[in-house]
Amino acid sequence: MIAKPGLDGHDMGAKVIIRALRDAGMEVIYSGLRQTPEQVAAAATQEDVDVLGLSFLSGAHVEHTRLTLAALAARGADDIPLIVGGTIPPSDIPILLKMGVKAVFVTEAALSEIVAGFFAAASKINDIKEEKQ
Amino acid sequence: MTLRNSAGQRKERGSVVKAAPRRITEDGVAIDPLYTPEHIVDLNYQQDLGYPGEPPFTRHPYATGYLERLWQMRLYSGFGNAEDTNARWKFLLNSGNMGVSAAFDMPSQLGMDSDNPQAAGEIGRVGVAVDTLKDFEIMFRGVPLDKVAASLNTGDSSIIMFAMLVAVAEKQGVPLNRISGSLSNDILCEYVARGTWLYPPKYSLRLNTDITEYSVRHMPRYFPHNVRGILVHESHGSPAQEIGFSFAAALEYLDRAVARGISIDDVGPRISFFFGAGTRIFEEAAKFRAARRLWARTVRERYSPTRPEAMCMRFTSCFGGHWYRAKDPMVNVARAAYGVLGCVLGGTQGMLLGGYDEAFALPTERTQRLALQTQQVCAYETDATATVDPLGGSYFVETLTNKIEADTQAYMKHLQDMGGILEAVQSGAVQRGLADRYYQIRQAEERGERLVVGVNLYASEEPEPAPELHAMNPDVARRQIQRLHQVKAERDTAGVEAALDRLAEAVNTTDNLVPVVVQAVSSYATMGEITGVFKRAFGSFQEPRSF
Repeated sequence: MIAKPGLDGHDMGAKVIIRALRDAGMEVIYSGLRQTPEQVAAAATQEDVDVLGLSFLSGAHVEHTRLTLAALAARGADDIPLIVGGTIPPSDIPILLKMGVKAVFVTEAALSEIVAGFFAAASKINDIKEEKQ
Repeated sequence: MTLRNSAGQRKERGSVVKAAPRRITEDGVAIDPLYTPEHIVDLNYQQDLGYPGEPPFTRHPYATGYLERLWQMRLYSGFGNAEDTNARWKFLLNSGNMGVSAAFDMPSQLGMDSDNPQAAGEIGRVGVAVDTLKDFEIMFRGVPLDKVAASLNTGDSSIIMFAMLVAVAEKQGVPLNRISGSLSNDILCEYVARGTWLYPPKYSLRLNTDITEYSVRHMPRYFPHNVRGILVHESHGSPAQEIGFSFAAALEYLDRAVARGISIDDVGPRISFFFGAGTRIFEEAAKFRAARRLWARTVRERYSPTRPEAMCMRFTSCFGGHWYRAKDPMVNVARAAYGVLGCVLGGTQGMLLGGYDEAFALPTERTQRLALQTQQVCAYETDATATVDPLGGSYFVETLTNKIEADTQAYMKHLQDMGGILEAVQSGAVQRGLADRYYQIRQAEERGERLVVGVNLYASEEPEPAPELHAMNPDVARRQIQRLHQVKAERDTAGVEAALDRLAEAVNTTDNLVPVVVQAVSSYATMGEITGVFKRAFGSFQEPRSF
């Protein structure tokens, strides 16, 4: 799932990543704009996604990521890997990674790199799911 | 002299360059290696170019171009609480900014009060936080509205921001007819690209027209529309899509104004546009020239104005957004200079310019000052303004101008075939088209077909020093909420309720809502309270599921 938590309405980045992921064979759900972290966590859990991507061009990435992680944890879904992207200042990347985000992609990142990152995160969770079964 | 090739055979003049490979743009437009009079053999100077300040205004909206008056260098700015923005505005005015251009935070643009739980984390981030008129009063302290032009940039909260501007002018003792500046008041572009819509189009358009009517009647120096093709540009729209979509939107606004009984001669001169520009200097200049000519022809044909000013397209432009790269950001300074040049050669009336650090954060004082200086170098050190429309008559630029005009007309027809702009927007077709184009452009870049210095060409492997970025003051949210509660505690509650009741009644009539909204903001009703009245009456826009 690709989600736009918060109020920001710039969705072109999210849309191009959705397109790239679908072209690479991943099934992708788009949350639409103006999702609260709660709504994102609820949808991700309901859809039992393998990986959740958050797109931010609003500067609110640290708070909203923290809230989304908390909402996922509250649902017992903290094994869903989180990837964050957008206008992220370099100094915020370690903060996000320390929170438990698996990867951070700034606007410059190549689509091929981003797609690889999503597949890597998704296959890890699939391995874990298979083990659990 | 007879030219011969290395084998001694006669060579036709110009044959070498004419045989050179053509470049193909992202939109499949072929650029010839050389342009000659043959390319523009059908150009009629009087009809197609004419003189600046006269229809079709191809060469410049004003007769003397920049010779007597430069474009308005007016950087967009706002963050934190109102006093933070007021301080930055004053810094910019001292650095040569001509007027103020307000950036509002997301909650304000969406008509949410700062104590709304959904506003958490967003207060004062991408712009200034505004909850009540009190914030506007603080923001405009020492910024007299009869001397300083004020541009306001927002979506469906336009009517509230506009009303606050009117109320502040009243408090400053400035008569309405002295106010200059502009207001976005452009919901159609918002639907496809920036997302600060609130209400379904039918109601947003009613509010748009109320603002236009009020402004045309009371504020002759103000532009109540700043139709933002830039949003299409920033969504990677082609020149034809950017101009075509914004013209379709502008015609929708004009149609409604005229339907209300406002003469095209009165409203035509009060429409302005806001376009984006990139680093393709000649394409941008041609785009703006084509736009002016096409607008003049379109307005004349559709509305038969009697005043030439009613057909004159004026615009502000901006370089920034996606053109500013995160990798090796100092290179953006060079890019910006070319962006400015394209706009100036295209005859812009105003320019915004982002800071070179835009890929990371809001600009600092330093990067904003540099953005102004970039424009100032073009204005005062180059010869780009020495004569009007210096590129006029260029075989290349006139060919490009013709091509972009034709492509734009084709795109406008395409929108009509889709059922008109409203239908196209509500179906999500335009949004999908833009997303497709962006995808192609991204892929072209990653294949190395589209070259970007420092990113996929001569990119350095050296780790980059962390840029010094604008830091968000962590106290902003607390201060804003405190101020909001204080205003609510001190205001005349009965007066606010009465004003909101009047608004709720007026919304169901065909009365112009601006005066009632002015009364509401003057009583210190909050953005959330006023928006609440509108939402209850209009409902909310449903984002089309294009993905």
